Amino acid sequence: MSGPNSEYDPVEVTPLGDEQVATARDEALAAIEAAADLEALKQVRTAHAGDRSPLALANREIGALPPQARKDAGRRVGQARGAVAQALAERQAVLEVEHEERMLVEETVDVTLPVDRLPQGARHPLTTGAELIADVFVAMGWEVAEGPVIEAEWLNFDALNLGPDHPARTMQDTFWVDPPEHHVVLRTQTSPVQARTMLERPPPIYVVCPGRVFRTDEYDATHSPMFHQVEGLAIDEGITMAHLKGTLDHFAARMFGDGISTRFRPSYFPFTEPSAEVDLRCFVCRGVDSEECRTCKGEGWIEWGGCGVVNPRVLTACGVDAERFTGFAFGMGIDRSLMFRHGVNDLRALFEGDVRFTTAFGSEL
Amino acid sequence: MKAPVSWIREYVDLPEGTSTERLADRLTDVGLKLEAIEVAGEGISGPLVLGRVLTREPEPQKNGKTINWCTVDVGDANGTGEPQGIVCGAHNFDVGDLVVCILPGGVLPGNFQISARKTYGHVSAGMICSVSELGIGEDHDGILVLPADAGQPGDDALAVLGLDEEVVELEVNPDRAYGLSLRGVARDAALAFEAPYTDPCDRDVPHADGAGHPVVVDDAEGCPVFVARTVSGFDPAAPTPEWMARRLTQAGMRPISLAVDVTNYVMLETGRPIHGYDADAVRGALRVRRATEGEKLTTLDSARRELSAGPEGDLVVCDDSGPIGLGGVMGGESTEISATTSRVLVEAAHWDPVSMFRTGRRHKITSEAGRRNERGADPTICEAAADRVVELLVAHGGATAEPGVTVVGTPPSPAAVTARADLAARVTGIAVDDATALAALRAVGCSVEETGDGSISVTPPPWRPDVTDPFDLVEEVARVVGYDRVPSVLPAPGAGRGLTRVQRLRRRVGRTLAGAGCVEVVSFPFIGEAVLDQLGLPADDVRRHTVRLANPLSAEEPAFTTTLLPGVLKAAARNLGRGAAGVALFETGPVAFPADRGAAPILGIDRRPTDEELAELLAAIPAQPQHLAAVLAGEQERPGWWGDASGTGWEDAVALVRRVSDELGAGLVVSAASLMPWHPGRCAQVATADGTLVGHAGELHPRVCQAFGLPARAAVLELDLDAVFAAAPTVAPAPSFSTYPVAKEDVALVVAADVPVATVEQALREGAGELLESVRLFDVYTGEQIEEGQRSLAFALRFRAPDRTLTDEETTASREAAVALAAERTGAVQRA
Ligand SMILES: [Zn+2]
Repeated sequence: MSGPNSEYDPVEVTPLGDEQVATARDEALAAIEAAADLEALKQVRTAHAGDRSPLALANREIGALPPQARKDAGRRVGQARGAVAQALAERQAVLEVEHEERMLVEETVDVTLPVDRLPQGARHPLTTGAELIADVFVAMGWEVAEGPVIEAEWLNFDALNLGPDHPARTMQDTFWVDPPEHHVVLRTQTSPVQARTMLERPPPIYVVCPGRVFRTDEYDATHSPMFHQVEGLAIDEGITMAHLKGTLDHFAARMFGDGISTRFRPSYFPFTEPSAEVDLRCFVCRGVDSEECRTCKGEGWIEWGGCGVVNPRVLTACGVDAERFTGFAFGMGIDRSLMFRHGVNDLRALFEGDVRFTTAFGSEL
Repeated sequence: MKAPVSWIREYVDLPEGTSTERLADRLTDVGLKLEAIEVAGEGISGPLVLGRVLTREPEPQKNGKTINWCTVDVGDANGTGEPQGIVCGAHNFDVGDLVVCILPGGVLPGNFQISARKTYGHVSAGMICSVSELGIGEDHDGILVLPADAGQPGDDALAVLGLDEEVVELEVNPDRAYGLSLRGVARDAALAFEAPYTDPCDRDVPHADGAGHPVVVDDAEGCPVFVARTVSGFDPAAPTPEWMARRLTQAGMRPISLAVDVTNYVMLETGRPIHGYDADAVRGALRVRRATEGEKLTTLDSARRELSAGPEGDLVVCDDSGPIGLGGVMGGESTEISATTSRVLVEAAHWDPVSMFRTGRRHKITSEAGRRNERGADPTICEAAADRVVELLVAHGGATAEPGVTVVGTPPSPAAVTARADLAARVTGIAVDDATALAALRAVGCSVEETGDGSISVTPPPWRPDVTDPFDLVEEVARVVGYDRVPSVLPAPGAGRGLTRVQRLRRRVGRTLAGAGCVEVVSFPFIGEAVLDQLGLPADDVRRHTVRLANPLSAEEPAFTTTLLPGVLKAAARNLGRGAAGVALFETGPVAFPADRGAAPILGIDRRPTDEELAELLAAIPAQPQHLAAVLAGEQERPGWWGDASGTGWEDAVALVRRVSDELGAGLVVSAASLMPWHPGRCAQVATADGTLVGHAGELHPRVCQAFGLPARAAVLELDLDAVFAAAPTVAPAPSFSTYPVAKEDVALVVAADVPVATVEQALREGAGELLESVRLFDVYTGEQIEEGQRSLAFALRFRAPDRTLTDEETTASREAAVALAAERTGAVQRA
């Protein structure tokens, strides 16, 4: 507040002497020192530095003094008020610190109280696993191709060199859409996506195809009528099995750890020639003292999938110039890969939807 | 294929000290993958010895049984050389027989520990063993009596019985028919070890003389070679020699009778299926032809089969009575070799593999013969195989070979394959020179001719019908050189385009829902009527029109689903059933709606289909949109020191839709709807801004909650993600906003209760004009001071101009304009 106090009556006022000013100052300083908390200090401030405090009153009187006395009185009162103001500020700072410390102590909580108001969400490891795989390949410049799960028989079999009388057709127990004469199936592999890709665009082609596939397997700890595969297809000039090996070695290392490589064994798939089964170096024992290893069951290697050089007959059926281009393809089970990567003992855990299983994997693998 | 190691070694001279493990590894390396190594006598530990029965005293017991108190000479095996006293309950042996005894301390399969024990008043020091006790067969209850010359008392019976023998079980891929024979397995072993090989089919055979059993082949394509031999004077009671029965057992076949066992044995040995007829039951000449309309045949398995006629029908062997066998697949009952057969007609024929496959599949017959014939056996060994059968029948069945030999047809010769000599190097990436590649091809039995200019003409051996293409030669070279020699080289694809927009959007949806506390599930897409009934779908609901499977795993779930709801609802119930107090689940995946466009053509593969052919093919495939479904049921926010648990309601489902829409910028709009399985008064339909319906959200119908065992007021949504994605902007435009002060105005409007909030809000928005920044409902009130049938809606309006601080007059004018339009459109009255 500033400005003259309307209630002020200079007639009643007598000038403060030196001693009176000193006394008022000392009383103020003593009161400040004695203020125990911010509330007490507030009262002290009003009493000793407020508008009606002795020093404030004395200050106002100065104007009423004779001119020759003003200067001296002003200096004395000013010094006293300055000392009081400084003491107030210092005390205020001290008390504020004390107050804050007390408050912080008083506000202490038990941080071990449960805070799980909202349960955790999660994405399914089959989804994030497929994404992990896709990302490995996208990082190499590949693309991710997709196709329908209900598929034309021709794309699922014939175009992949599995003719109607091919003995290998009986290896895959197929769900047929009714009526079977309509030649539509639940795809038994993700390979029709490869056929579709070749039919849709010219080489070079570098695609991975993760997805659901179906076989008429009874549901148990290691079999399921629906499971997930990832297949890869590379078609380019000069592609060899060595590129296949290089790609799978890189894939293995990215998914199972640096230094994890693969090995090939001769096999048979109508889609590829030559064909190989691909084993993964056991990422737990790394092939050293494997006898006790439960992941690879003492083999040092884990069966991972199948692969090979794309059969030129397949290239021809899908409109790729087999004289100019070669290709490789590979395929493995995502479910199985996740099972041994994460130690899942029962395939059914993937399909039961028990949130206790899924939340363990978060939203990214 | 189970191949006894001793049998393999009969034809290949493996390097000294080659272990069975090493053999199996190398066979795997060249393409015959090891499945397991079996040891016949697994579970037996000694002392298991031969014994000669010295005495056998039958002793009737009080319980009616008679036991035999025997003494058996076991040589020095018991440490004393004294006869061993053994009690035996069986009776099919006599004094002087050579038997197998297990002595105290030995163990029989099943961890059956043998010790001397007191029984029937004697101390029985061991056991005289039966076949089943030894674990080498099941159908013999009696004591195993060995031929007199099998060995001496005290000899180790494991060796005599071949129980120490190892058997490698190999996985034989469809292209390696030769691997279904010892001849073939041994050949690959020889290849793998570069070891000397003896071909069991390399034998001098009597020449065809036309004097054998008459055979006419009408269908030379279906049956290019037919060899017939006959033996007479065969003793049908002659036993199968022990070694042959043992090998058959080891190879996984059951010994039956000498004649049958010999044909099986020769099939295993050579890979060539053989059929034996009771020659006296065959009437007249044999004739090979396709079955004709209406013909029937009772096969060896007593099944009465209706034969398939026509040029692709079943190949049958006939006599004057009609069909007496399904050629190459299974013989007929009428000419089956029996306990009285004394003349055996031996057939060794080569059959068209495709026809074999079709007949096997048509009649659902899987036989050892069919398995080999449909993969393609060596057509050149029919005479050798028949001769081998004759030899064994003569040697062990007391038969005499009749002089006549019938051979009809000639083996088809394999077509030469032309390729570049360096093809294997170019395709495998293995540094293999032409000479090495050619040597590898010769090693697998091909004859290779260099035709100049770097080309080769390769004629595969007759046991390799699978080698038809240049790339088949590549595989042969690779497996001989070794797959382990393929180098590891990364290809260099060009710049990729990364994930597609839809792939990225799908990830965003998943993360958004997981971030909202939902857990993703993956369900099987199979459904049946029952679950559609549980959902309460009316009879004409489009979701009842399903893609049906011809061969579902369960007759109750024969269709591919049209909705993801059954999967998430069942998973929710499962979680709650396992003790979860609440659950929030989501699933994304395809559903299917029938194309109803007829059949998908089966196109050729010798060229790319035309675009028209492809279009016809693709049109027949059902539509399979990607859907998203979610369910929230039971406790959501958990109870705790902060307060009570929160349950679920329709708004949770709509809020999730809103979250997905906001994340994608899809601008989805909800409006009231009524659709099962939602609560008819608590169901929102979700549409894009242009009005395309993309799904529904809200509370599950109480009856449906009950049907699925879910708590009341479960919140459920299902969206067509493909349609949602179509509405999402490819590039989200940045918003522009003002930094001038905001002016806030609240209005309370009393309006009829059936006017949707969205309608009032829309009117306020339009009426307020461009100064309006946002409008948000913050309270709904009914009760005192509000007329029945009305409700008070309180909205917070925020105004802001892009270029100035608004004056009170401007703000007031905008608010009044907003209220005025709301009043005009909805009859709303501003509350004082
Ligand atoms: Zn391991």
